[in-house]
Amino acid sequence: MSEPWEEEGPGTIKKFMYVNRKAPYGTIYALESLEVVLIAAAFEQDVSMVFLDDGVYQLKKGQETQGIGMKNFSPTYRALEGYDVEKLYVEAESLAERGLSEDDLLVPVEVMGREALTELMEEQDVILSF
Amino acid sequence: MSMLHTVNKSPFERNTLASCLGHAKAGSDILLIEDGVYASVRGTSHEDMVRSAVGQHNVFVLGPDLLARGMNPEQLIEGIAVVDYGDFVDLTAKHDKVQAWL
Repeated sequence: MSEPWEEEGPGTIKKFMYVNRKAPYGTIYALESLEVVLIAAAFEQDVSMVFLDDGVYQLKKGQETQGIGMKNFSPTYRALEGYDVEKLYVEAESLAERGLSEDDLLVPVEVMGREALTELMEEQDVILSF
Repeated sequence: MSMLHTVNKSPFERNTLASCLGHAKAGSDILLIEDGVYASVRGTSHEDMVRSAVGQHNVFVLGPDLLARGMNPEQLIEGIAVVDYGDFVDLTAKHDKVQAWL
């Protein structure tokens, strides 16, 4: 006899958005967000990730963490595509405030203005903030 | 009496650096560590605040924390010096007191 979760097929697919607002190493938020995103992707949900405020620093190219003795988890963002997490949005205003541009980011993203992001948030079923 | 001020929060997320600069006496040293290092690069909206701090203090940034966050030492605001952990110890020993702004 098969288990109930095997019988249900794909089930309901909801739009999940993960809002990332923290820099990568000073707190645990960025790493925890990645873990949760990968879990949701495993359940075949419609996943998108937004990076705004200091969250844009998570995607900065060239992170080298040997000197602080912490795991460099930034390559994981490049692996997200393999888990069908392909919708990455970065807020233009947050990049500009920090003197960064799209070229400073380690993965292809869609740079979007604050107003457009607000609209995108309105379309979601679930929003989880980190 | 001299003091070393350490700042470990991003200037975009907290007002820790601004508060430190408002209370640090001219001539005291300031060391940016952890997420505080984001204040040290050129081209941010906090650049003017940091530039005026460099005029009144020795401002240092901890190299390992800078590199971990993908920041290039060549992007620093002029006058900010990169230090390593040994230099951090020396700075602590050089001053009578350390004030850690959290």
